[in-house]
Amino acid sequence: MSIKLMMDDKEISVDEDVTLLDAARENGIDIPTICFHEATTSNALCRICVVEVDGQRVLQPACIVKAGASMKVQTRSEKVVRARRTILEMLASTMDLSDAPEIQQMMVEYGASSNRFPDAQRRESEVRDDNPMYVRDYSKCLLCWRCVQVCAEDAQYTYAINFDGRGYETQIGTFFERTIPQTTCVLCGQCVGVCPTGALKPKREYLLEQGLSPQEISVLNMGRKRRSKVTGQKSE
Amino acid sequence: MSEIDLTPLQLALEKIIPLGRSGLLPALHAAQKIYGWLPQEAAAAVAKNLKVPLADVHGVIEFYSLFYNEPIGRRVIRVCTDPACALKNADGLLDHLCSNHGIEPGQTTPDLSLTIERSPCLGLCDQAPAALVDDHAETNISPDFHSYDLGIPQSLVYGSIHELTGNCGDGTTTLAKYGDYPAFKKALTMRPEEVIAEIKAAGLVGRGGAAFPTGVKWEGAARAEAIQKYVICNADESEPGTFKDRVLLLDDPHRIIEGMCIAAYATGAAKGYIYLRGEYPYIAPVLEDALKEARGAGYLGRDFDIEMRVGAGAYICGEETALFESIEGRRGFPRVKPPFPVTHGVFGRPTVINNVETLCNVPLIIRKGAVAYRQYGTDKSPGPKLFCVSGDILKPGVYEIPFGVTLRELLVMAGGVADRRKLQSVLFGGAAGAFATPDHLDVRLTFEDLRAAGLPLGSGVVMVFDETRDMRDVLSRLGRFFAHESCGKCYPCQMGTQRQMEILNRIAKNEAFPGDFVRLQDVGWTMTDASLCGLGQTAASAVLSAMKLWPELFEG
Repeated sequence: MSIKLMMDDKEISVDEDVTLLDAARENGIDIPTICFHEATTSNALCRICVVEVDGQRVLQPACIVKAGASMKVQTRSEKVVRARRTILEMLASTMDLSDAPEIQQMMVEYGASSNRFPDAQRRESEVRDDNPMYVRDYSKCLLCWRCVQVCAEDAQYTYAINFDGRGYETQIGTFFERTIPQTTCVLCGQCVGVCPTGALKPKREYLLEQGLSPQEISVLNMGRKRRSKVTGQKSE
Repeated sequence: MSEIDLTPLQLALEKIIPLGRSGLLPALHAAQKIYGWLPQEAAAAVAKNLKVPLADVHGVIEFYSLFYNEPIGRRVIRVCTDPACALKNADGLLDHLCSNHGIEPGQTTPDLSLTIERSPCLGLCDQAPAALVDDHAETNISPDFHSYDLGIPQSLVYGSIHELTGNCGDGTTTLAKYGDYPAFKKALTMRPEEVIAEIKAAGLVGRGGAAFPTGVKWEGAARAEAIQKYVICNADESEPGTFKDRVLLLDDPHRIIEGMCIAAYATGAAKGYIYLRGEYPYIAPVLEDALKEARGAGYLGRDFDIEMRVGAGAYICGEETALFESIEGRRGFPRVKPPFPVTHGVFGRPTVINNVETLCNVPLIIRKGAVAYRQYGTDKSPGPKLFCVSGDILKPGVYEIPFGVTLRELLVMAGGVADRRKLQSVLFGGAAGAFATPDHLDVRLTFEDLRAAGLPLGSGVVMVFDETRDMRDVLSRLGRFFAHESCGKCYPCQMGTQRQMEILNRIAKNEAFPGDFVRLQDVGWTMTDASLCGLGQTAASAVLSAMKLWPELFEG
């Protein structure tokens, strides 16, 4: 069954049970997203996709709110734009966005200033290089939760990572700060695949960025298990 | 790391293992009681026994501020430095204590004898300055204190009526003294839908802050089809300035249990929880005793029983869905709503969750009937109401009054502003509330009048500030409170509470940057409009109200 609703003063027709985000995308209306990913459970936590829905006291996250018949939705109202711009400005004052071109693009679009919040305490972290497969730089983490989700019920059921701290001090962490090889991590790489900001990066890519040549990296033999030709057994 | 003996933990876990993951907070509390903190081996043993992933156990320990993953002192002193205690020189007290022991707030002495921490509001605002010393409340602390009272707080109860507080002020009311649950017995002679109709007719709305109609909530849960339903008493009272539930829980636990029994009967729930905030440890044995008495008398244990759960230092767990997560053994992240608790509550089952004071109104309504109940209050705000009066006032305490009394009358009842000073402002509804000024003195304390005046009733906080107080200091403390208590799930609140605190700190130090007014307003509006739950949506409420009243305070 299809339903009709108003989005940005335009009548649109969509299937029942689609989200406002889907409804917008099907009709060529752009709603930005950060934490949303087709393959993970939507938690509506980045709030960058919020829209104004008539009759609702607060802005509604388009990624999970279902389109309803005769709903009136504004995707770029003054309130929406202020919220998006401020969230982006707060992100820029919190973390390293250098590996997040999509968010940099959003900042341009919403006129968000990267130094709106002078003297803000940033979330900084040492680069963690503790396994042969990927490097973790949580200074670039914007806490979209996708890595934790794919490590758990959204994909792998490995449960190697969870959260440190709470509130602004939250960071992705392991049991008592164990290194990745000391956890249940199976190096499946799904967390790296869903990371939107380069906080998780394949080790090879990281080393190339550090200026190492492919030859030098192959000598390090990162991310590969060499097998003995004779026995087929693993060796150092 | 030294080897630890896991035998006592294993013994303690025997009883908790059947709870599965839901036993995670009880298990961590048990482990911390044994070892004083949570060593890695103990956390791993808990994980293994309850079949919870190690990383998840770590995440839970990290979330709750009363769980420690490194050694702390054998004695822990938590000094409240939130607004009401700050008015009574809590900062001076904290400095004094720390310098006596040669440590900074948040540190432990080298011999591990003592840890001193700054604490968010402990719900002891009427006996400020206050601290929690291990499991005991230390109240009205004098600057030169060196011995500990180690008691439970006093119940200072006043007001013009005593319908809810009739048994309060004289220690815990035992079952023998409370009586044989007459309202529950009467309810059992009614059909469940008649009980709900009575609650609806009484016009009872939630007293925790959101003012949702209680009868409507019960009806939703009663109608939901499920093999298991729950009734939860939200005793996670943590809103700065709020302490009414502490008094009800300590002095009249059976009224709450009776209210829960009636709710269970009306909705068909077989299982209940009382979720008590971690900073009220001295109430836990009182509740356990009362539950035992109620079981002994047959009110509990047949069709319905109640389990007590103790939080571990997280204001967010007063948010109903975060509280469910906490009972389920998870970090207290609020859930996206809808679905609502009446259909998808704790363990995904229909759940009625009511505040302590709300539940205390239930036996009163059933016993007297809705018509008699409505003799108190106004048409739109019927019944008695508890107010938590604190700050610069002569007689701080819990005041029971009918809705409709004016703010002026309440303040007169409480002896007026202390030290014969003039009133500057009143913080209404808590940290998530708004400020009133002397212009509001004749506002009647009802939902409708307060709403018209732009003031939230919230949890009944009336915190008084005299003319000498620097409101910028008060605001910076509110800012610190929210930054400490944001769960970190949604971006507006996670970063907004931090930025708000930073700006308010600058303003309090008279070091505002040009543009801070607009900056603070953008952060506040963004949190209000775009946050996921009630915490973020109200984290700027008091600040924005102050900006309207006293814009000059925020200029650079």
